[in-house]
Amino acid sequence: MNQDTVLQVRDLATYFELRRGVVKAVDGVSFDLRRGEVLGLVGESGCGKSLTALSIMRLLPKGGARTVRGEVRLGGENILELPASRMRDIRGRRISMILQDPQTSLNPVFTIGEQLREAIFRRAPAKTAEIMKEAVAALRRVEIAAPESRISQYPHQMSGGMKQRVVGAIAMSGEPQVLIADEPTTALDVTIQLQYLKLLKRLQTETGMAILFITHDFGVVARMCDRVAVMYAGRIVECGPVAEVFERPAHPYTRALIASVPKMTGERGRLATIEGQPPSLLDLPPGCRFAPRCNLAEPQCIATYPETADIGPAHTVSCWRSDTR
Amino acid sequence: MGRFIVRRLLHGLVLLFMVATVVFVLGRLTGNPVDLMLPEDATAEDRTRLIKSLGLDGPMHTQFLVFIGNALQGDLGTSIRMRQPAVDLFFSRLPNTLVIIPWAILLAMVVGIPLGVVAALNRGNMLDRGAGTIAVLGIATPNFWLGIVLIFVFSVELGWLPSGRMGGPEHYVLPVITLGTFLTAGFMRLTRSSMLDVLESEFVKLARIKGLSETVVIWKHCLRNAMIPLLTLWGVFVGNLITGAIVTETVFAWPGVGRLTYEAVIYRDFPLLQAVIILKSILILSINLLVDILYAYVDPRIRLS
Ligand SMILES: Nc1ncnc2c1ncn2[C@@H]1O[C@H](COP(=O)(O)OP(=O)(O)OP(=O)(O)O)[C@@H](O)[C@H]1O
Ligand SMILES: [Mg+2]
Repeated sequence: MNQDTVLQVRDLATYFELRRGVVKAVDGVSFDLRRGEVLGLVGESGCGKSLTALSIMRLLPKGGARTVRGEVRLGGENILELPASRMRDIRGRRISMILQDPQTSLNPVFTIGEQLREAIFRRAPAKTAEIMKEAVAALRRVEIAAPESRISQYPHQMSGGMKQRVVGAIAMSGEPQVLIADEPTTALDVTIQLQYLKLLKRLQTETGMAILFITHDFGVVARMCDRVAVMYAGRIVECGPVAEVFERPAHPYTRALIASVPKMTGERGRLATIEGQPPSLLDLPPGCRFAPRCNLAEPQCIATYPETADIGPAHTVSCWRSDTR
Repeated sequence: MGRFIVRRLLHGLVLLFMVATVVFVLGRLTGNPVDLMLPEDATAEDRTRLIKSLGLDGPMHTQFLVFIGNALQGDLGTSIRMRQPAVDLFFSRLPNTLVIIPWAILLAMVVGIPLGVVAALNRGNMLDRGAGTIAVLGIATPNFWLGIVLIFVFSVELGWLPSGRMGGPEHYVLPVITLGTFLTAGFMRLTRSSMLDVLESEFVKLARIKGLSETVVIWKHCLRNAMIPLLTLWGVFVGNLITGAIVTETVFAWPGVGRLTYEAVIYRDFPLLQAVIILKSILILSINLLVDILYAYVDPRIRLS
């Protein structure tokens, strides 16, 4: 394992074992997250981004979800094998997460101060009064105005953007090395989205934590990330530095995703959309999962899954036809 | 919070006025209430005297004003059978009821709520199904039947517990179980279902992401939220407690207001029944006010809106 790698995910697979069959929501995901970098994880809705994150956190939803194989190495140890109590110690302190919807992420019956206190207390057990001072500081760090008065408020007294800042403050109050941000701005207004992304970026540079940034928006990737991994139907199909992937996207799916980003400059071109639907995770094709929607597909694509290949500096792709542009 | 309580109090007063009106109107609908109030051997003279003393000789609206005026002064008529002011009778019996209702509620809280939580955590397995079956039985079993069965088993057959009347602590066991069973089962089912909802919510996920222990996640973050539906459905439970008290006190010969209600009906003691209905309404409204305050305490969205 590279000195600089803080989180290493290898062949991670999480299935829903249902009566009508096995839903292979995450099916062999591998990536490295390096110290101080932001790695984007992009893909269409339902491709398994959130489930990848929850598998890493070991917080799978009830109802048949199980991580069936793989490794998640955090600082060298495979956290999938740790006893539940050790995993709990790690959560919040070494690896943490921001959830998608700020409206439901905070407990409606406790004050912001109390919810922050619980998180800060884990890092620095102290008297409530002292922790409250830290809580105010934490709110100030996420640029909440008048934090002293916010401390005693309840979530319903705040706007969505503000709540998401509080969630950020809570998630980061344990000073984790790794932060997973699962579409943290999807539920926010566009103007607020930008502020939040800037804030996250600033905190990331200040603290040096590594972020796994989940989004379905390539525009956000360009703004936020150093590297990007593109996910399709439970697998990562392409991974590389953002500039490289933007300039030389190797997978037809990546190309389609990039083409679907509305251009801010120039005349308004037609928004490219990808024909067809992602495959059912209950009944996956044996070959490349994108093949049914791919206009470059050949018999080989449909028959066997393409191995991951290096095609440039730190740029990998799983596609038989990546040399075809 | 103060404004909230004042609003609730005013609301309660309006409701109380409506109850009093309904009681008044019902009393007149069934004929001259005097006929109900007088013993069978009353003379015509008795009749006119009573009509006068109750103000029943005037037109309807003046009668109503007299009725309300008396009520405001704490006079709700005189029991025919016991020849005592109905209000005094009610308050002399009230303490006996008030000693069993809190125990029944306590039973429901300490048994029903934790059982509901445990059932939710063990969703779908034997423990959950077992608890669920018992709860359904508890909800479906009529009070009077349960009371009689308990007396039969524990008093008559086993001889462990007294079958009725007030007395030492052992006298409380069977009435409290009889009265509390529905409530316990109801609390359990409700806690279970709201707990299941809460367990899936995002804030629970965030609590776990923070690294909180399961104990704190379940018993602090989840339970507090799961209690909200319980408090919203409180009206159902209060209604059951009040009717349940009538049955329970009758079965166990317990001299409380429940039994007083039963006696008022059986002996056609109309003034007493009228007084009991109004006073019980006041009781229910006060309990509801308490619950509303508790509700607002648990759910800041109510308190602060
Ligand atoms: N309880 C469940 N039972 C069966 N399948 C499920 C369940 N929950 C999720 N899935 C499946 O898992 C897949 C991955 O879900 P996930 O939430 O990870 O998607 P996502 O990439 O985060 O999408 P989005 O962008 O909409 O958040 C979905 O396609 C869905 O079909
Ligand atoms: Mg998601």
